[in-house]
Amino acid sequence: MKSALLVFPGINRERDMARALKLMSGREPTMVWHADRELPAGTDLVVIPGGFSYGDYLRCGAIAARAPIMAAVRAFAQKGGLVLAICNGFQIVCEAGLLPGVLMRNSQLRFICRDVYLRVERSDTPFTRGYNAGQVIRVPVAHGEGNYIADGETIARLEGEGRVLFRYASPDGMIDPNWNHNGAMNAIAGILNERGNVLGMMPHPENHVEASMGCTDGRGLFAGLVDHFKLAA
Amino acid sequence: MGEGREPSAFYVIPSEPAITPELIAQHGLKPDEYARLVKLIGRTPSFTELGIFSAMWNEHCSYKSSKIHLRTLPTKAPWVIQGPGENAGVIDIGDGLAVVFKMESHNHPSYIEPYQGAATGVGGILRDVFTMGARPIACLNALSFGDPKNPKTRALVAGVVAGIGGYGNSFGVPTVGGEVRFDRRYNGNILVNAMAVGIAEKDKIFYAKATGVGMPIVYLGSKTGRDGIHGATMASAEFGADAEEKRPTVQVGDPFSEKLLLEACLEIMAKSCVIAIQDMGAAGLTCSAVEMGAKGDLGVTLDLDKVPCRETGMSAYEMMLSESQERMLMVLKPDKEKEAEAIFRKWGLDFAIVGETTPTKRFIVRHGGAVMADLPIKELGDEAPVYDRHFVESRRRPAIDAASVKPPTPIADTLEKLIGSPDLCSKRWVWEQYDHVILGNTVQRPGGDAAVVRVNDGPKALALTSDVTPRYCEADPFEGGKQAVAEAWRNLTAVGARPLALTDNLNFGNPERPEIMGQLVGCIRGIGEASRALDFPIVSGNVSLYNETKFPGENLGRAILPTPTIGGVGLLDDFTKSMTLAFKAEGEAILLVGDTRGWLGQSLYLRNICGREEGAPPPVDLAAERRHGDFVRNLIRDGLVTAVHDIADGGLLVALAEMAIVSSIGAVLEAPSDHPAHGFWFGEDQARYLITAKDADIVAQRARKAGVPLRRLGATGGRVLALGDERPMPVDDLKRRFEAWLPAYMAGSPA
Repeated sequence: MKSALLVFPGINRERDMARALKLMSGREPTMVWHADRELPAGTDLVVIPGGFSYGDYLRCGAIAARAPIMAAVRAFAQKGGLVLAICNGFQIVCEAGLLPGVLMRNSQLRFICRDVYLRVERSDTPFTRGYNAGQVIRVPVAHGEGNYIADGETIARLEGEGRVLFRYASPDGMIDPNWNHNGAMNAIAGILNERGNVLGMMPHPENHVEASMGCTDGRGLFAGLVDHFKLAA
Repeated sequence: MGEGREPSAFYVIPSEPAITPELIAQHGLKPDEYARLVKLIGRTPSFTELGIFSAMWNEHCSYKSSKIHLRTLPTKAPWVIQGPGENAGVIDIGDGLAVVFKMESHNHPSYIEPYQGAATGVGGILRDVFTMGARPIACLNALSFGDPKNPKTRALVAGVVAGIGGYGNSFGVPTVGGEVRFDRRYNGNILVNAMAVGIAEKDKIFYAKATGVGMPIVYLGSKTGRDGIHGATMASAEFGADAEEKRPTVQVGDPFSEKLLLEACLEIMAKSCVIAIQDMGAAGLTCSAVEMGAKGDLGVTLDLDKVPCRETGMSAYEMMLSESQERMLMVLKPDKEKEAEAIFRKWGLDFAIVGETTPTKRFIVRHGGAVMADLPIKELGDEAPVYDRHFVESRRRPAIDAASVKPPTPIADTLEKLIGSPDLCSKRWVWEQYDHVILGNTVQRPGGDAAVVRVNDGPKALALTSDVTPRYCEADPFEGGKQAVAEAWRNLTAVGARPLALTDNLNFGNPERPEIMGQLVGCIRGIGEASRALDFPIVSGNVSLYNETKFPGENLGRAILPTPTIGGVGLLDDFTKSMTLAFKAEGEAILLVGDTRGWLGQSLYLRNICGREEGAPPPVDLAAERRHGDFVRNLIRDGLVTAVHDIADGGLLVALAEMAIVSSIGAVLEAPSDHPAHGFWFGEDQARYLITAKDADIVAQRARKAGVPLRRLGATGGRVLALGDERPMPVDDLKRRFEAWLPAYMAGSPA
């Protein structure tokens, strides 16, 4: 699996992501600078990591969404290439129009860093084939603006087309406002685009890939992607 | 210059105000200090020069009240690479790696403007660390707020915590630990002490000392604006009723620029372009330029016309005293200018050659074609006044015998009250606003005795903690100073680390008052004594004085509790072997390491339950600390214990409850027959740990051999804390109380 990891000024989880990709795929990702106009040849997976691109000034992700490299990412996605966008990455792809909706401030108006439980809604996608449908995983969140909101029609489409891949849930998989830490609509933590090749999610699976760090529930996502490309090859 | 006029007339710049006694006083210079200045330069200073002197000679930058006492502190050990005097301390952790760390206060700004004050405190300390070539891997912060009932406290907590999070989260460093306390003595003067820790290659540490004549001095980072002018001078005076009016002296932070500055600096350093580097912190351009020159026995000439400014029309005075954030000064190798500039341009940062080193040892500042300052560079720093201030030793207080204290409530009720009190309750509401997992190396998150952060890919890890018990320090500065160091050492030990070195952040009131000076002197003596006894040298630090507030109608300011915060760093050879405080299983023996006398003087029991702030604090037996700590660390190394917890504020039962709460496992404990129960359970005797073990006999054998007192308290198990005949306490209920207070208070519930 050949990954390209986008680096915008202010991105700060690129090292965490690079470590997870290396660990799970055995291959170092290529760091791609925001001012570049092309992705490395043969890129399988584009990853947009977390952080505070451009300091979150203007709106989270708004400036990065217009960086030169994003035209290449858009073209890559249009051809069916897989894009994994996490945290600030999710905000960036929403701002870039690759995913619908917007990430608003957390309902309690504070930044929140804690482990949350996610219910994996489907296992038949390249991103979630490493999990079982209905499985509950524990991964950290670290964001101030992760409260997913879209208009009623969009939400209905996302739900109707099975494009919600992760939901905030209780440890036993129940959808419960008490476990929806940021107030997201329908407890949405991660969604797919229409074609199913762009995933945006707020939590950080890349921080839960090593047993020695306390939890490996994030491995499934990367293991699934590695499998996907192995099968495709 | 006209015929026959004295040479000093050259320095009277038409647009600058005349030097009057009022102006001198406004700059925080005492008449004798001004006389010293005039004698030193042989003439009346220009306005810009007066500003430069006030910046260099204030308490914050010159350490003039504390210097002679700080010199007594132990700062050396075989593993110390750099002690105090640089941007941060540096220690060797083997494998060619070094840890760079320091703690610094941002108290006054945080009281005036909590969000930006705290944010720029974090920014400043991060710069201190990456200036030396280290990539920051963790932050901690020690926060002291006023009485929760004080109407300002809630907003200060909210602002400070948001500011720390806002800066650290965006910069991308995990905030992994610290402390939060409440006491009415901080009502008018909160404390925000921020610590940053970084990792560098041992042979690639960068220093402030300039070398070589004619080397370009380069300005890097953000532009200079009119913010933070006189910040350091403000921080060197007590607050009056006009504290709010000082808001313009507080800087505004931009963590985005800081992140870019970090990446650009590390990239430039990796290319061997840098001779010397200094961040622009307190007193900005003045302090950084003078330090680089003075340390290298060189002169510095600055051309302010080249300084990137945010606004037009800034005067030399304003530029020299601006504390705009996210700026650096570097001395570059001349042939590397182009390469360095390209790196900074790539990161979108300002880069300008603003001066050069000279052989003259003069500090010359030019602006608009005129010389605005021409001063002897060594004397600016080295000849700052040094005071041996008069001090009186604090009054000794009597020890309090537990038998003489009548317990007002049963043990179970007392524990419930203490565990839900502002000082002892869970600080989750605070640390959940800090990204504590970023970088993927946080082995132990906030809430334990010490945070544990893996170094690169391991197996080594650092243990990090910050500690002080201010009420002990006030009751007995010497013992309090010892205790702060001993507790930091103990917390590092409790996770299995070998304590290596510490940074001290000394927060006190007005040193011109002999009783406050007595606290400072006593605490420094105690810190020195403990760090010598524990081989735990001081490698960096910061002194914050004048932490007091004059309320309207009062002559004397009200000082904070003496608060010498100790930031400790320890090393684990294998991060997978770090120990935690949670009970691991049912049916394990619970053992108490160390002697218990039931010391209630200055305890939280006495203060919170009996309403008495009295007595002598617990004495610290440093030989016992060392013996007990080494014993516990060896048990951890040899895999003989399953949980370890330091016993501190609140005493034994509070520590036990904390172990139960994080694990949701209860315990059955024997009531003591040899002590009054309240003294036994809530006394704050030092040098003690709680441990659990599968095989208590081996631990007991070892204890006998090592001459360490060990007492079996009971066993883990069940879902309640059961203490002899006392009412059983469900762990879930304790947990609810432990977690309840802070979120409820911050949501607006009465304190």
